[in-house]
Amino acid sequence: MSIEVNSKVVDWVENETVKDLLKRMRYTFPLVVVKINDKVVPRKDFSEVKIPDNSKVAVIHMISGG
Amino acid sequence: MVEGQLSIEEYETGNTKHKWDYKKLKLAHRVVFEYNYKKGKVQAGYTNRTLYINLTTNEIKEKKVTEEMKEKFTGGRGFGLKLLWDSIKHTTRWNSDENELVITTGPLCGTTQYPGSGKSLCLTVSPSTDIICDSNVGGFFGPYLKFAGFDALEIQGKAKYDVVIVIDGEKGKVIIETAPLEETNTHHLNEQLTKMYASEDTDKSRQKVSVISSGKGAENSYWGCLNFSFYDIRRKVPRIKQAGRGGLGSVLRDKKIKAIVTKVEKVSGISNNPADPITLAKIGTKLHREVRDLDRYQCNMRAVGTAHLVEIMDEYDLLPTENYRFGNFPKASKIYSPEFYKHFTKIIPDGCWHGCTMACSKTVDGFTVMTGPYKGQKVTVDGPEYETVACGANMSIWDPLWILEFNFYCDTYGLDTISTGTAIAFYMEMYEYGILNKERCNNLELCFGNSEAVLELIHRIARGDDGEFINVASKGIRRVKNWLIKNGWGEPNIIEDCGMESKGLEYSEYVTKESLAMQGGYGLTLKGPQHDEAWLIFMDMVNNAIPTFKDKAEALHYFPMWRTWFGLNGLCKLPWNDIEPANNAETDDPTKVPEHVQNYVDYQKAMTGKKITKEDLILQSERCYNWQRAMNVWMGRGRRKDDWIPYRSMGPVTEMEYLSRKDRYDKYLAEKIGLFEKEIEKMNINEKMKLLYNFRQDQYQKLADAVYFRRGWTPNGVPTPQKMKQLGMNDHIMLKFLQDVIDKDDKAGLNVWGGKYRKGEEPPSIQPKYWEKW
Repeated sequence: MSIEVNSKVVDWVENETVKDLLKRMRYTFPLVVVKINDKVVPRKDFSEVKIPDNSKVAVIHMISGG
Repeated sequence: MVEGQLSIEEYETGNTKHKWDYKKLKLAHRVVFEYNYKKGKVQAGYTNRTLYINLTTNEIKEKKVTEEMKEKFTGGRGFGLKLLWDSIKHTTRWNSDENELVITTGPLCGTTQYPGSGKSLCLTVSPSTDIICDSNVGGFFGPYLKFAGFDALEIQGKAKYDVVIVIDGEKGKVIIETAPLEETNTHHLNEQLTKMYASEDTDKSRQKVSVISSGKGAENSYWGCLNFSFYDIRRKVPRIKQAGRGGLGSVLRDKKIKAIVTKVEKVSGISNNPADPITLAKIGTKLHREVRDLDRYQCNMRAVGTAHLVEIMDEYDLLPTENYRFGNFPKASKIYSPEFYKHFTKIIPDGCWHGCTMACSKTVDGFTVMTGPYKGQKVTVDGPEYETVACGANMSIWDPLWILEFNFYCDTYGLDTISTGTAIAFYMEMYEYGILNKERCNNLELCFGNSEAVLELIHRIARGDDGEFINVASKGIRRVKNWLIKNGWGEPNIIEDCGMESKGLEYSEYVTKESLAMQGGYGLTLKGPQHDEAWLIFMDMVNNAIPTFKDKAEALHYFPMWRTWFGLNGLCKLPWNDIEPANNAETDDPTKVPEHVQNYVDYQKAMTGKKITKEDLILQSERCYNWQRAMNVWMGRGRRKDDWIPYRSMGPVTEMEYLSRKDRYDKYLAEKIGLFEKEIEKMNINEKMKLLYNFRQDQYQKLADAVYFRRGWTPNGVPTPQKMKQLGMNDHIMLKFLQDVIDKDDKAGLNVWGGKYRKGEEPPSIQPKYWEKW
């Protein structure tokens, strides 16, 4: 029972939403693009969309800073 | 006025209001030499001429900008490189008479329709690095220089007495006059000169004046910055932005220039005279709306500026604390952006150039100075930006008010906050190890967290204190390293590994230990470790999007080309990718923000009227980037040995650092080096650290191999004549010089790849002299 987040294997948590996953991974940067199995999750749906078991999640942090 | 907004009259901005004796100040001025010029018109972003001033020979002349110069060097930083190549020698150093201070604009600089279009690029031979340093800066000076009639200003020679250079775009006159009585430090000098040179005693008139200045700190250090003013009509104060890196302010004061003033007749939305104003307005409006509607949900720049990064960097273990030993700290929340938001003046817009909706130049008004010569005065503090706040973390000082004081004094003394903070953090670590002590530090107790000692050091630098430590410390980390080693104080390896400089320039404020690509983003650069070439930490360390050396090398080609392009055109980087369109996530490569890239193609096309593609923009940058590297080689640097970085930026130098992230490093030994868990358990910490040290040093050399190959350079980091020709840079003197260098390197056995390639690994090319096959 695991998922891949940015190519790293992490435990899968039942009913975990994108928002929960970002919190668990401590990804606090606001400018991120999230894809589950290559499909973009709209930012407005982060609290609703659940992460399926065995999925590949990409949390793409945009480049930022001065 | 929007409902709920306060009128300006109700705001207490609390700025110092001095009553200077302007008559006396002005009477002391004496015109040294002057020059009348015919006022011109900007055409499609260019004035098509530059202004040359020689303070030794009292010469002023105009130089024509040819179509070939525009084609090869575009503008901005490119023009600066061209002017320097034509004027300096390979032996020129920062204080040589022939060294120049060049201020440039760029074809898009001065546009008011597109956010972030007011940047100037400043270049000189740096006291820190002995090569050309470029630094970009906001404020009104660049646009005003162009609207006064010039694409660039080139100053050579040295004046005998303190002078002010005035470029009067109203009258078409350049005047060099002595200015003996004005203050040197910026916050006073700007007040004096802005009022003195305004045509009328009105705020609108003062808004048409911009001043470049530095300060007493710049006179006595290698950290001198240039302050570019922009008169804030609402606050009624000249505010400032800094060209911080590389000691440009030290060069300004070495030339005995107290200030450079430019004034214009008027500024309008068509001052740049774009070829296609309708398209320009269209793309500008689209971005304005994007910033207005989305920034608050993304980076929140309009509220707290780049300081929003402090909490993010802390969370990702990237905020440098105690001289980059760690990337986060329990006390860090004391300096998160909300702590500064409390002090920022709200509601008043904070753009450093007209029409910038990003408006990230935050300000603390009515700050009461706590120490030094201005103790008790109420001043406006411009900032702090992320880097300045992070300097507090690096010195382990967690007090927002102290950071504001540090920010204020660095600015008014003309000191770069980054170099000052990074260097002092290193001195503090040396103090902790007993390599420095109170006696060696001229009675300063420079231990981590000693905020009083830091300010005292800065005040003593500005006063020109002749203590040996003060004198050496103000010249930066590289000189202090040499001084410590020469005196036999401490282990040379520890000193070299801990001092965060490369090429002689201090690092900016990011921890790079876990991002090899960002180590390259600091080390494999033209001017030194400043993050304005590439910021790849997230892409590399968090996204894992560039796992191979080839991937990293591609990123270290592509992203510096964009950053360079902004410098060629007079643009700010922030509207590129610190704001993203609502549908950016759905694009093929969101990190490149394709819609904004297309904006830049359309923008330059609309301004210049030339047919341009995305590839053309990259080509413009690649030409100048390679030219600058070639000039580094010409000046005796620009080789693999010069791209060396201290080990602190690659991994843990001390046991304490290793132990603080033991799990991470042990896991790394297993996953990357292939050790078994039992082997790791048997090793002592020194053995583990040594293994990690050797492995990571080799990784960096392999990265350099891949990057040099991608850039078309030799294995020793020299741009090849073949590459230069491909780019259309055919200057035969430069081409011959590069070939001679490559031949000499060949004889010395230096044209070989630097990485140690094991079985199953390959260098970027089996043939090291791969370019000869082109």
